[in-house]
Amino acid sequence: MAVRVTINGEARDIDAPEDMPLLWALRQELGMTGTKFGCGIGMCGACTVHVDGQATRSCSLPIGSIGDREVSTIEALGETPVGQALQQAWLDEDVMQCGYCQAGQLMNATALLNSNPNPTEEEIENAMQGNICRCACYKRIHSAIAEVAKEGTANV
Amino acid sequence: MSDAATMNRGPVLGRRAFLKASAAAGGGLALAVTVPMGASAMASGGPAELNAFITINPDNTITIIGKNPEIGQGIKTMLPMLIAEELDADWDQVSIQQGDTDAAKYGPQLAGGSFATPMNWFPMRQTGAAGRQMLLAAAALRWGVDTSELTTEPSVVVHAASGRRATYGELAGEAATVPVPELAGVPLKDAADFRIIGTPIGGIDSPKIVRGEPIFGVDTQLPGMVYAAYERAPVFGSKLISADTEAAKAEPGVIDAFTVAGNGNPTELVDGVAVIASNWWLANKARAKLNVQWDNGDWTNHNSAKYDADARELMANATAAEVFNEKGDVDAAFANAAQVVDAEYHYPFLAHVPMEPMNCTALMHEDGTMEMWAPSQTPQGGQGAVAGYLGLTPDKVKVHITRMGGGFGRRLNNDYMVQVAAIAKQMPGTPVQLIWSREDDVRTDFYRPSGWHRLRAALDENGKLAGIQDHFVTWDIGGGAFNPAVMPANEFPAPYLDHVRYGMTKMPTAVPMGALRAPTSNAIAFTFQSFLDEVAHAAGKDLPTLMLEIVEGAEAEPDTMGFTGPTPGFNPQRLRNVTNKVMEMSGWGQPVAEGHALGYGYYFSHQGYFAEVVEVSLNERKQIQVHNVWAAGDVGSHIINPYGALNQVEGSIIDGLGQAMQLAVEIEGGAVKQSNFHNYRLPRMPMTPQIHVEWVKSDYSPTGLGEPALPPVIPALTNALFALTGTRIRDLPIDTSKFA
Repeated sequence: MAVRVTINGEARDIDAPEDMPLLWALRQELGMTGTKFGCGIGMCGACTVHVDGQATRSCSLPIGSIGDREVSTIEALGETPVGQALQQAWLDEDVMQCGYCQAGQLMNATALLNSNPNPTEEEIENAMQGNICRCACYKRIHSAIAEVAKEGTANV
Repeated sequence: MSDAATMNRGPVLGRRAFLKASAAAGGGLALAVTVPMGASAMASGGPAELNAFITINPDNTITIIGKNPEIGQGIKTMLPMLIAEELDADWDQVSIQQGDTDAAKYGPQLAGGSFATPMNWFPMRQTGAAGRQMLLAAAALRWGVDTSELTTEPSVVVHAASGRRATYGELAGEAATVPVPELAGVPLKDAADFRIIGTPIGGIDSPKIVRGEPIFGVDTQLPGMVYAAYERAPVFGSKLISADTEAAKAEPGVIDAFTVAGNGNPTELVDGVAVIASNWWLANKARAKLNVQWDNGDWTNHNSAKYDADARELMANATAAEVFNEKGDVDAAFANAAQVVDAEYHYPFLAHVPMEPMNCTALMHEDGTMEMWAPSQTPQGGQGAVAGYLGLTPDKVKVHITRMGGGFGRRLNNDYMVQVAAIAKQMPGTPVQLIWSREDDVRTDFYRPSGWHRLRAALDENGKLAGIQDHFVTWDIGGGAFNPAVMPANEFPAPYLDHVRYGMTKMPTAVPMGALRAPTSNAIAFTFQSFLDEVAHAAGKDLPTLMLEIVEGAEAEPDTMGFTGPTPGFNPQRLRNVTNKVMEMSGWGQPVAEGHALGYGYYFSHQGYFAEVVEVSLNERKQIQVHNVWAAGDVGSHIINPYGALNQVEGSIIDGLGQAMQLAVEIEGGAVKQSNFHNYRLPRMPMTPQIHVEWVKSDYSPTGLGEPALPPVIPALTNALFALTGTRIRDLPIDTSKFA
């Protein structure tokens, strides 16, 4: 009995139990490994995806609960102007060390700028504090978001 | 050798350049270059392999092998930069390929100890320079000129006299047929001519990372792959009695479940139960049905509170200590002291928790050989461990090196590799990916050892530090290649004092321990630099002043043969330079903002010298606010990739602050109490200070940056808190209730 979920604009039928978290359906049922497993309890943000544009922890979201809502993932981030601008800013700021958490950081940052295009420094910190970077590239993540907020998406 | 002689020798096909690790005088490991080395042009007009690391394509693109494992330290970008520099390659035309595990071909492949930079600074450059010499020789032959008339521009050989030019791509096929020069004698560039070294270059994999492409170990996907979870005893040292594997097998998606016997070596394989399913979440969920019975022996009696009580009792009885450094007349120095400073310090166990949980993928081929995709900091060690476990020779275990979502020393041990090998050998022909939950990771680590120190300092009537004693209570953790529960006999300031006694006592435990980023240093720096700050205050001066006094007039120690080859001895001038620099950067000694205070910390580790100053305040809720950190570092003559270098320093500083402020692993009932990020609280964005880094250049060959910036930030913070509150921090993590 398949569960139908719309992912990056495409309806996908997933042959898995309804209580399987979206993270594990993405990674191992659909082969979309961009979304990362970090903690499994919604404490680190590595698994962040968008559900109807909201940053959501896919490790804690059963596929049976998604219904008609639209899921988008890191694999489709470059198709949005804000996502693309952030990806470029991440490269310009040389944000990454290991890079493992960065898909989640980018998804969360995109949701932030989509809802608040000009966040204050404090708003950036508050919005991003659910995303752990074990390498602690926080200065650069912050700068990259601030840069896109300042410059907008025009330079993409 | 003339060009004619070169030509007469003719093509040498099929042999490759390789760097070979060999035992060096003094018992260390040094790199020896094995010659002669051949090159191969594959097919006429096809890619030409100049040596094991360099392939030049006819379209003038160049593929360079990055041999070392990438854990986020930037080595996959940096080592090829060294090759490209001396090859004089056009960096924009370079692509980098991760080398597989192959000691014979690539030499040591290791991410640890900040070793890669000192170990590879010469060999990688020589490898690139040898490639350039071959291209010059090919151009000389083609044009009938002497190589001395030729120069290079990025990826182009130029004969200025005639105006002739040829790209590396045009010459590569011929270059692959000339003899390979001896690496040891190959000329290297003058530093003034560097085009790549010293240039900030972004991580080579970063574009793939921002697109979410599969590049990490856990992203490995193979046709028909299944997923494994592994249940092991929560209590360290326990043995498996039984498990209800049939109940697990009845769960949805579960393909198999079976017990696995440990091999007696906890760094390789402990008893456990494997559950295999079509999806890891299903395998992990089915663990709940296993009803495993463990024989915990007496280990459930172990807990952190008891360890602490035992250690403090031992510290009170200094005669029990096994002395490992004694000099001068310590008893007299203390009897005659005008002032004695006496304090006990303690730091806890810590976990590594890299963001990518432990995992490994293995395929036991039908012919009995093993193929693995391993996120390991020591893939050659893992290859050996798996081969040993399976009873194979290492060449029958092929290990692909994947990018890792962090290491921090956790992946120096390869237990996950042996675990998945033990599982995959039961399922020949089926690829198996083992994944650990975060709870598995937090509770099955090789922890940074906790430790206790009773430190005493004798000050003479002039306030001068005359002698020091340390009784270190640590762990008996048996064998292993690296023991992280020790301290060096020459720990600073021992070499500069007349009267020294360092002793230690070891306690038994089954808690596994290992190297955490800047092992030993991350704890000893806190202990000694905090204690020396106490000594400085007792003497009415500040710590930078005391540090400079201790080394006043001291000269550099002689070179030694270390793990990475000839290693410069400790040079007090480098301590002075970074200390003076950080005092200047931070405005040390000048007034600070109201309610703020500064603290200084210094440490020398992994051949790097760092002095750091932290500016701190407390908010209304007595929570620590770190505003600024200034860091001055001396890691030699060059910062090879300033982007990666700065990132390592920033990360190390925040890592250290997190350890000091909020991290501890506690043992309860023989098991780890913490389990995930809700109770092992890593630093998050709001606690990030402003970080200011400056490099102090010296004439020494460059050394690594994965670790040395971490240790000094911890005492810099605790010393700042003392300056602010008058409360001395002698236990980590910092208990802010003491500031009430």
